Parts: sequence; structure tokens; C-alpha cells
Amino acid sequence: MFFVTSTATVTINAIGQEFVTDIVTKALRAGATDAEVVFAEGDEFETLVRLGQVEQLKEAGSRALGLRVFQGLRTASTSTSDLSPEGVQQLISGAMSLVRVTSEDPFVGLPEREEFGALAVDLDLYYEDVYALPVIERIEYARRTEAAAMAADVRIQNSGGGSFDAATGRKILANSRGFVGESRRSSCSISAQPIAQLAEGGMQRDYWYSSQRSLHLLDSPEDVGQEAARRTVRRLGARRIPTQRVPLVFAPEIARSILGAIMGAINGNAVYRSSSFLAGKLGETVAGDNLTIIDDGTTPGGFGSAPFDGEGLPTRRKVVLDRGVLTSYLLNTYTARKLGLQSTGNASRGLAGSPGIGAGNFYLEPGAKTPEEIIAAIHSGLYVTDLIGHGVNIVTGDYSHGASGLWIENGELTYPVEEITVAGNLKEMLHNISVVGNDLIFRSAVACPTICIEGMTIAGE
Amino acid sequence: MQPASPDTRKFFYEHLGLNDRLLERCLAEALSAGGDYADLYFEYVTASSLVVDESLVKSASQGISAGCGLRVVSGERTGYAYTDDLSPERLLRAARTAALIASGPSKQQVQGFREAPPSAGLYPVATTGFDAETAAKLELIQRGNRAARAYDARIVQVQASFADELRRILVAGSDGSFATDTQPLARLNVSVIAKEGENMARGSSGGGGRVLLDFFLTDKTPEYFAIEAARQAVLQLGAVPAPAGEMPVVLGPGWPGVLLHEAVGHGLEADFNRKKTSAFAGLIGQMVASPKVTVIDNGTMPNRRGSLNVDDEGSPTQETVLIENGVLKGYMSDKLSARLMGIADTGNGRRESYQHIPMPRMTNTYMLAGEDDPGDIIRSVHRGLYAVNFGGGQVDITNGKFVFSASEAYLIEDGKITAPVKNATLIGNGPEALKYVSMVGNDLKLDEGVGTCGKAGQSVPVGVGMPTIKLDKMTVGGTGN
Repeated sequence: MFFVTSTATVTINAIGQEFVTDIVTKALRAGATDAEVVFAEGDEFETLVRLGQVEQLKEAGSRALGLRVFQGLRTASTSTSDLSPEGVQQLISGAMSLVRVTSEDPFVGLPEREEFGALAVDLDLYYEDVYALPVIERIEYARRTEAAAMAADVRIQNSGGGSFDAATGRKILANSRGFVGESRRSSCSISAQPIAQLAEGGMQRDYWYSSQRSLHLLDSPEDVGQEAARRTVRRLGARRIPTQRVPLVFAPEIARSILGAIMGAINGNAVYRSSSFLAGKLGETVAGDNLTIIDDGTTPGGFGSAPFDGEGLPTRRKVVLDRGVLTSYLLNTYTARKLGLQSTGNASRGLAGSPGIGAGNFYLEPGAKTPEEIIAAIHSGLYVTDLIGHGVNIVTGDYSHGASGLWIENGELTYPVEEITVAGNLKEMLHNISVVGNDLIFRSAVACPTICIEGMTIAGE
Repeated sequence: MQPASPDTRKFFYEHLGLNDRLLERCLAEALSAGGDYADLYFEYVTASSLVVDESLVKSASQGISAGCGLRVVSGERTGYAYTDDLSPERLLRAARTAALIASGPSKQQVQGFREAPPSAGLYPVATTGFDAETAAKLELIQRGNRAARAYDARIVQVQASFADELRRILVAGSDGSFATDTQPLARLNVSVIAKEGENMARGSSGGGGRVLLDFFLTDKTPEYFAIEAARQAVLQLGAVPAPAGEMPVVLGPGWPGVLLHEAVGHGLEADFNRKKTSAFAGLIGQMVASPKVTVIDNGTMPNRRGSLNVDDEGSPTQETVLIENGVLKGYMSDKLSARLMGIADTGNGRRESYQHIPMPRMTNTYMLAGEDDPGDIIRSVHRGLYAVNFGGGQVDITNGKFVFSASEAYLIEDGKITAPVKNATLIGNGPEALKYVSMVGNDLKLDEGVGTCGKAGQSVPVGVGMPTIKLDKMTVGGTGN
């Protein structure tokens, strides 16, 4: 039995902006010409219920500091989970000792003062309600999600479990050029992973989830569980198919991976090194004119939204691909300077190391056709519902993944298919997306409607 | 960062204020609502990273991460809490949180610990100072940068990096068990881009293990990795499309052992089999591979990336036979699955950090050598694929389907290795794939020390190994004919 409500949101010795700006000052005093400090804290709660019984219950919080120092054109960084005065001292002295070994690089440095800023509007990223439920009710969410999946079909007799997770985080970023920003975020999710089996053997599992920034926005456990069950049982009895070329319809959660590859290919770090098939292609037509991709860090409630980026620049909305023409890379300050461009407000900042690059809410604009209409128009093809592996080469655009799905015959979904690969080259795939669906739904920061791609190779029997 | 001390217990007690009495109190608090077992996992990790990019030392970073994970096990249930504040109040509060999983009367007090006998000593502990090490590491990656650029004029980008960490752990259990370890881990990596006209290709090579800097001066030098990365990239400039469909596949020795990791390794982790969610569940004693196949998981190999003196539950690691002459022999287990399944704890309980619950994980997983000459294996194939380097892989342990991505592969035509092919994913079915192993080479090789395995969101370093083998059929995911 669980009588105690969560204590995870109680913070002892709350860290404020002053604590963070004080470290910036100390770093300057230690000899840095510029400094940037990030403080991050988070709480997490996870519970997994399997076959109706609580299997795991996890609850904890952590805090840490990251420091980036500059000395002229050199930079180095340190991080620590030790927030004591001694820990902070070690953070600074470590960075000042490391910065001596790095090279002078004319492109290194904090952004210019006029670039800093944070969005003034409330982005609706933090809801206290993710921790509002007592522990016993959180467990009940997980139990109901799994139970709905188990009850949906007699062929489901086993399960990887049902879960309820919640997390909150707070971040403070401050630097020696006067920027101080603070942001909070929350998230919660439920999921189910049922396992179905045919009488003659042949197990399959699949998964479904709902993830939101607020508890009241979650789909019902019953809806999530039933969808997980539907996705699992449709895989039962899967067979292999011969090697061939047919149109592929990528379900939204699979089509997302193509957007992920594009995101990697327009990442400033890959672009300035020319290690991307999209490097140097700004202003050129790289895809069919039915493709428009947006990166928007400013959407209220979005999973990819933030008031400021990892260097303290306001996030923004930009068209990355405009009817097939590449119109923007994703850049932070360093990569922008390397390319002679302006930062696009896409710096990401972990605790350690230099800022990386991340997208905001990154999505393909929807078309007009429903997924059903797309499938109905195909004589023979494959509806791809799962991909496994890491088969994308951003340098060459080569693409090859393990896949499973449902065979399309005369416009209808027929039998399940597995143990095949789908392969092509992204340079051609982007021109061969023949249809874009109307079903754009943000289940995470990257979202894509159903798409149909021609000309890819299925390798099978 | 302090220089490492071999006396890990002393480090935790003197630097982090721990003592036997505090550990006993935390364990008693953890079992205050009942439960079968509780343990405390303290971890103190120092990590550093240096990167040379465009011939500049662009990045230098170091970090310290410390904390404690507290676990209470009650039947099949696990309660877990962690804290990065190691004060007695925070530790006791975390213990009370973890205790929520159980519901019953308090268990008897924990009194005293039996410290495990001195560790197996599978890896060295550094004694040099930090600054001297930084200079030496920089020299290593500068050498790697120079060697890669000198290899071929078509090498246009080089990134050389050195990353290492020192992880100290202390595990104390409510059964009085007590273990400590200090685990070094180092990796040198060189990544390059080759360019010829509009044609571009990448190459990457790296390695290391639980080794000190001298390993990279004597055993595997920066030039060794740099030349290998550059060779792969230049080779890929001339690659033709990979074939598509089922064909004989010959896998080279060493890193292609990732096949074993995906095809059988994950499916033989005890938790999946206890829950009967693995395609291998219930197959102990049955043929799951060709009689030529024997697969081992071994955490006791000196200096290997996947090796540990003790696992993250404080249990000694061991050599575990998974498949012997084609027959499935056993699973890799942690304490929880061992108790619930009535099998031995094989010392495979691992976790990414103090923030994570331990579970059965692989260490170094490899296939024993056979008797075939690698040259004969190639000659036996009329038309097929010869794959020698791979990127990552993935497996669906429930239906057994696994993939791994070839980053260096060639066509075999009439028994000869011919054109290099572009990246392609290979796919197979775990409980079936190894039945098609018809030849096993006499050239067992372990990988260079680059593997990181992900499971349920947790990453841990692992090793793989394999001799040259021939699979009579496997599906190759290219685009060619």
C-alpha cells in the first residue's frame, strides 16, 4: 500500500539566479574573459505495472552545474553535481586550467549582446499537475493502461507492462554579457507494451503512449491501452515478402525518422564540415515542391518549445524547406560564424561541453489526403509501421533500415510483413515523396504526416 | 580531479563522509516497510574529453558526477530512489522513498558488512597527475589528426578525440555484502571525411578499454586508428550500391561480433526470459544455432571495455556459456532474476549510473574460434557479401528480428572479394540466424573497444568478438541487384 504522497517537488535550499550569476562573476575573477553557467535540476517519477502488479517505482531528483569559460579565443568547459562552495571552486579552477590547453579559434565566443533575449509570452511548458496525483493514483493510471491492452484481445496474455512517468525540470542560464534566463518544463506520459501470441507460437509486441506537458491533456489510459493492443495484434502472423520495388507508405511515427535525418543533415556542425548531403545546398531545390518543413521553437505547449536557446538567444520560427527549396540550416553561434551566417537560435546546451544544435518543433506541413485515401490509391505496396536499426548515412544520404508493416493490395491493408529492409538514398527519396497526408499530430517535438515514397527497394526473400 | 586511489572504500569514507553506521541506518530505513533485500550503490565518476577538429584543440571538458541509488526489492517489485546530495538526511529520505514499494513489518537490523575479497584486478589504476595526463592525451589526438591527413590528399576533415572516465563504486547490501571497485575507461577515436569531386564518404575508427594512456603509446597507437579511419573513407568513395535480398554472408573477425550481441545476446538476458517476453524463452537445452557455434559472455577479460571486477550489484563477474555447440545453455542474470528464477547470479547486473535500476546486461560477448581457414571461407562463396565493419544494431527481442548496419562490406564474386559496397542493413531472426552458420574461422578476434549497448534507456560499455564466419543465407538491405 502507498500512503505517502510524492515529495519530489519539495526543494530544499532552492537555487536562484543569484547563485548562478555569482559563479559567472567568480569565473571572471579567476581570469576568464567571458563565462557562461548553466544550472539544471530535475525530478522524476516512474512506475511500471506488469500483469497488474507494481514492478518498479522510482522517484528522485538531481541538480548539476555546467560552466563554459573563454580566455580570448580559447574555450573550455566543466560540469559537476557537487554544488558546495568547494565543488563550485573546483568547477572554476578546472575550467581555467583546461582552457590553457585549447587552441585559439577566431570563431569562438559568446553571442553579441544585442542578440540575447527570451520570448516574453508564457509558452505553457510547465504544469504542476504532473505531480498532483498521489502515488497510488499514478500507479492506477499505469495499471489501467496495461489492463485496457490486456483486455482488448484474447491473444494478448503477456505484457511488457504499463507505465506512468512524470518529470519536471528547471534551468537557469547566465553569462558574462548580461543574459540571465530561467525556464521550467514538465512532462508526463502513460504507455502500454502488450505481447500477443498465436496458438502456434510467434510472439509480437508493440507499444503505444500518450505524452503531454500536463496531466489533463493525456489521452485516457483506456484509449492508449486499446491502441497498443490494436498495433500489437495486427503484427501477428507476419511473413516475409520477395525483394522488389513498390511504393512505401510511411505511417506518421515512422515518417518522423525521415525528418530526423533531414534535421541531422542541416545541423550546422555537419554543414560547416561539409559532412552532410545537404551542405552547401542553401537556396537550391533539394526536394519535391510538395515538401515544406518548419522549425518552430515558439509554439505554446510544444515539446520542442523554449523561451531561449542554449546560448540565451530567443527561439524563433523558420521555414527550413520551402516547397522543396532549402531555406535555412539549424545553427548556433559557432557554426553560424563558421558559415558567415546568423545563428538561427538553435543552440542546445547540456551540462558538459560546447553548445550543440537542436531543433524546436520540427515538422512537415500537411497535405490534403487522408491516410486512408493514400493507401486506397495504391495497387501493390507496403504500409511501413516499424523501423529498426541506425541505417542512415548523413554524408552520402544512404538509407537502409529493418522494417515491418502491412502489405497493401488493391488499396487495402492485407497481411503483416516482417524481416525485410527498406533502402534508398535520401537525396532521391526527398524528390520521390509522391503524397503528403493531412494527419499532422504533435506527439513529440518532431512530427510528420503519413507520406508515400516511390522508388525504394524492399529486400526480403 | 584527484589521482585515483586503489583504496576505493577509503575514498568514499574519507572524501564523501560515509561510514558503516550510516550505511546500516540507510539499509534499515530502506527495509522499514519490509522487503526481501535492499542495497545502496554509491558512485563517483570523473570524466574528461578532448577534441581536435580542423587541426585545432576545439573542445576540452571535464566533469564530476556523484550520487547514490537506493533500492528495495520485495518479490518481483523494485522501489528505487537516488540522490546526488550524500548528506545523511538526504540518504535517509531516499531510503524511505525506496521503501514505499514494500508493505509489511520492518525487517531486522543490518549489522556489519563482509567486504568482498580483493578484486580480480582486471584493470590498472592511474597514478599520474591530471595536467601531465592532459598534455599526453592532447599529443595522442594531435598524432591521430596528422596521420589521418597524411594518409591521402582526399581526406578533407579530421576529428580526433580522447574521452576517459574513472568510475568509483561502492555497493552495500542488506545481506551484509559489501564491494568496491575503481574502473578506468578510455577511448581514442578518429573520424574523417574524404572528398573526391562531388563524391563524399566518411570513415571512423577508435578503440581502447579499461586501460591507461600507455595502451595508446604501445598497443594501439593513434596512427593505427587514424589510418584505419582514412582507409575506410577513401575506400567508400568508390563504393557501389549494396545488393538487395537473401544471399550467403561472410562476416569478418572482431567487431562483426555485434551480430551475436543482437541476434542472441539480448534475447538471453534473464529478465526477458523470466517474463517470457523473449523469442528465446523456454529454449534452454534446444538447438538454437549450428553445432559449430559456441557463444560466451565473459566479464573477466583483463582490460576489456566490457569487463568488470564486480558488477553494479557488487557480484563478481564470470565467464558464462550461453550457447555450446549450438545448444542453448544459459542466461545472463542479475540478483533479482537469479532469485526469482532459481538460477545462478552470473554477475551481469549492470546500470548506467546511480540514477538507474540495475538489470541483466552483457559484458564481452563472443563466439569461440572454429577450424576453418578464413581464406577458404571466402573461396566457398559463389556470390555473396563480405562484411568487415559495422555501425550499430538493434533487436526486437520478442519476435527475434535483429538488424546490424554494415559500414564496410564487399561483394564476393566467384570466391573472390571484389567491389566495396555502400552502407547496408542486414536483417535476420535471432533464434534462426545462427543455424545457417556453416563455417567458423580459426581467427577469433575481439573488437577494438568501442561498443556501447543501450537497453531500456540505459547505456553501458560492452565488448564483442567473433572469428570469420559464413552464414549460408541472410537478407542484405541494399538497393542494387
